[in-house]
Amino acid sequence: MRKVIFFIPLVVFIALGIVFYLQLGKNPEYMPSALVGKPVPKIHLVSLDTDQVVTNMGLPKGPYLINFWGTWCPTCAIEHPYLMRLEKQGVPIIGIDYKDDKASAEQWLRNKGNPYKMVLLDELGNFGVNMGVTGAPETVVINSKGIIVYRHQGAVDDVAWKTIQGYMQ
Amino acid sequence: MLPEVGNFSLILSLFFAGSLAIVPIIGYWRHNPILLSTARPLTLLMSCFVLVSFIVLAIAFLTNDFSVLYVSLNSNSNLPIWYKFSAIWGSHEGSLLLWVLILCGWSTAVALKSHTLPKEVGPIVLSVLGMVATGFLLFMLFTSSPFVRDLPNVPANGEDLNPLLQDVGLVIHPPMLYMGYVGFSVAFAFAIAALITGNLNSSWARWARPWTAVSWAFLTLGITLGSWWAYYELGWGGWWFWDPVENASLMPWLAGTALIHSLAVTEKRGVFKSWTVLLAIFTFSLSLLGTFLVRSGVLTSVHAFAADPTRGVFILALLIVLIGSSLLLYALRASQVKAGVAFGLTGREAWLLLNNIILTVLTLTVLLGTLYPLLFEALDLGRISVGAPYFNTVFSPLALLLMVFMAIGPLSKWHNTKPSLLVRLCVWPGVVSILLAGVISYAYHLGGMAWLSLSVAFWVVLLTCKDWFLKVSAGSKGIIPRARQLPRNYYGMMLAHLGLVVSLIGILMVSTCSEETTVKIAAGQTVSFAGYQFTLNQFESLKGPNYVADQADIAVYQHGKLVAQLKPEKRFYEARRQVMTEASLDAGMTRDIYVSLGEKLDDQAWSMRIYVKAFVRWIWFGGILMMCGGVLSALDKRYRNRVEGCHA
Repeated sequence: MRKVIFFIPLVVFIALGIVFYLQLGKNPEYMPSALVGKPVPKIHLVSLDTDQVVTNMGLPKGPYLINFWGTWCPTCAIEHPYLMRLEKQGVPIIGIDYKDDKASAEQWLRNKGNPYKMVLLDELGNFGVNMGVTGAPETVVINSKGIIVYRHQGAVDDVAWKTIQGYMQ
Repeated sequence: MLPEVGNFSLILSLFFAGSLAIVPIIGYWRHNPILLSTARPLTLLMSCFVLVSFIVLAIAFLTNDFSVLYVSLNSNSNLPIWYKFSAIWGSHEGSLLLWVLILCGWSTAVALKSHTLPKEVGPIVLSVLGMVATGFLLFMLFTSSPFVRDLPNVPANGEDLNPLLQDVGLVIHPPMLYMGYVGFSVAFAFAIAALITGNLNSSWARWARPWTAVSWAFLTLGITLGSWWAYYELGWGGWWFWDPVENASLMPWLAGTALIHSLAVTEKRGVFKSWTVLLAIFTFSLSLLGTFLVRSGVLTSVHAFAADPTRGVFILALLIVLIGSSLLLYALRASQVKAGVAFGLTGREAWLLLNNIILTVLTLTVLLGTLYPLLFEALDLGRISVGAPYFNTVFSPLALLLMVFMAIGPLSKWHNTKPSLLVRLCVWPGVVSILLAGVISYAYHLGGMAWLSLSVAFWVVLLTCKDWFLKVSAGSKGIIPRARQLPRNYYGMMLAHLGLVVSLIGILMVSTCSEETTVKIAAGQTVSFAGYQFTLNQFESLKGPNYVADQADIAVYQHGKLVAQLKPEKRFYEARRQVMTEASLDAGMTRDIYVSLGEKLDDQAWSMRIYVKAFVRWIWFGGILMMCGGVLSALDKRYRNRVEGCHA
């Protein structure tokens, strides 16, 4: 019996080794949102296009994306053409103009084109806080039941889109 | 041409390291003294060729040889020369080379001292170090050679060193940290040699003690420097983040602290034999684990180094071979050790056992907190992160408890101490420290936690001084001759224990008495905060060697008198297109005034963060005291006396 005790460190170490092996190659940058699995929080925002207040009732029915952006954010400018391509493919995207002002947002969309089905103004960033957003651009995937299923930080590109597409189906 | 020489030299050193790992062991097994005696020359040859590689890489950096991929990714012709040199360990490949170079340094030191060891032990210790070196050289040559060329498209200029690392703290922090990490490989090698030869008596502990103390001192210095660097370079005045990479250095430190104490017991009393061996393996394993965690990218960290899964697999394999085989050897051999001498409940052995238990629990606490996200995900429960609240809640009470016992240990005697004697010694210091701490906490409106911590601090100081006084006042000789007779080991311990108290006071004060605020400020404006007036004189644009900067000129007044002139900067590094905040601070014994620039709000005004950090210097001053304690105890004459005894 006493001899068995001396094997305990070895056994614990081997178990740890297995855990490490399983974790290798996974992307450590991947950060799921605390909101994954929950419905979209309460929305009460003004639409850029119509100046009307939009609530959760006004959201699309099928799967869609919520994209946080701002004219102050250089990465959003890089991301923009890719969103335009998605729009051409018929992907419904709701834009949240995050911590920005209306005039420059309108100017931006006029110059670069508007990939969004609807643009809502979140001038103070309150909705962003409720969604757990840490910066722009960030994209959240909502499924057909209105549940948040995935969150992507940074610009959407080919690699990110593959993952996002998977969650949209 | 030269980089190829460096690579070839690495291959040669791998050959010698591999021979070193095998030949002396065969010699021991076959009782062949000639094979055993190859250990020393093989060690020296291995070290020599690694040194050549390192020098070659250094030359590539200093001469801007951007045809070498590693140089072009981590240097730039505009980089100041000292940063060009420190850029050698600015990233993965070069850090590994530094790791191996330091391992070779330690091996050489052991080889030069090995004539003082019994004939078989020295070669086996060197051989174990050779095994470790072989593993790391293989790793370097197969997955991360720093000498890979980027031909024929040689870039005109390099991509520059990460601006975060362009700092004097980062020039010396990694080498010191590695000296500590790798130094524990010597204690590890002694432990493995003891297991192989089956001589698990107290002599191996005596040989390993000075090596462990020196490594511990280096690691202490490395961690202290790292914390100091994070404080002024990351721009928000934090000095410890419980980040996985920091934890990776703290774990070997905690385990190494336990090892120092447990080695003392094993040497002096011949107890805890198999435990000390396990602890030596554990400490070095944690150093290796630290390397694995930092280099493989399994954990997210602010120190985000490039992560590469194939490298991860290789390090993991290395870890499993090295640690797994050590633990297997331990399982087979340590069970044969007979249980040691019995000791009383209040003997010094018991206090040191308590020390080891608490330190081990602390190590496991940090290990669990660091690995918990991994375990959690492996069980498919999702991703979580364990933050400072967990560590602070679990760590602080245990650390305070450890310090309470730390003061009693030196007062007790080996084998057994009369409980009544201990009580008599401790009552008055206990009462005095609680009252004194109470008065101070009351006068300065500090909370209950501060009262508790201050009591512990006074308790340790009083008892440490009392112990010294008891030791020097006994006997007929005067105090000074007796004080000089006390071994360096004893003064080393005193210094390290008091250093911990100094750090404790620093940590306590900085977390309870610091103030911070964010203000909007424009040129010519004055802001009052925490009894100081901050006047922003002007903004200036500067041009550095590889960056441009906006610099604010701030005068700080107290009671109308100028106390500091601060110049925080916002730097833009051109090669990497990266913005850096350079905080500016006025250091003092009881407080630091720390200012960092935030965002430019409009044409004139900036947001600015102001911190007044109480006693923050004490944290690092304590670290330096602890380091001095470690060095002092390694220099104890006793270790040299025994050596001379061996010759005779």
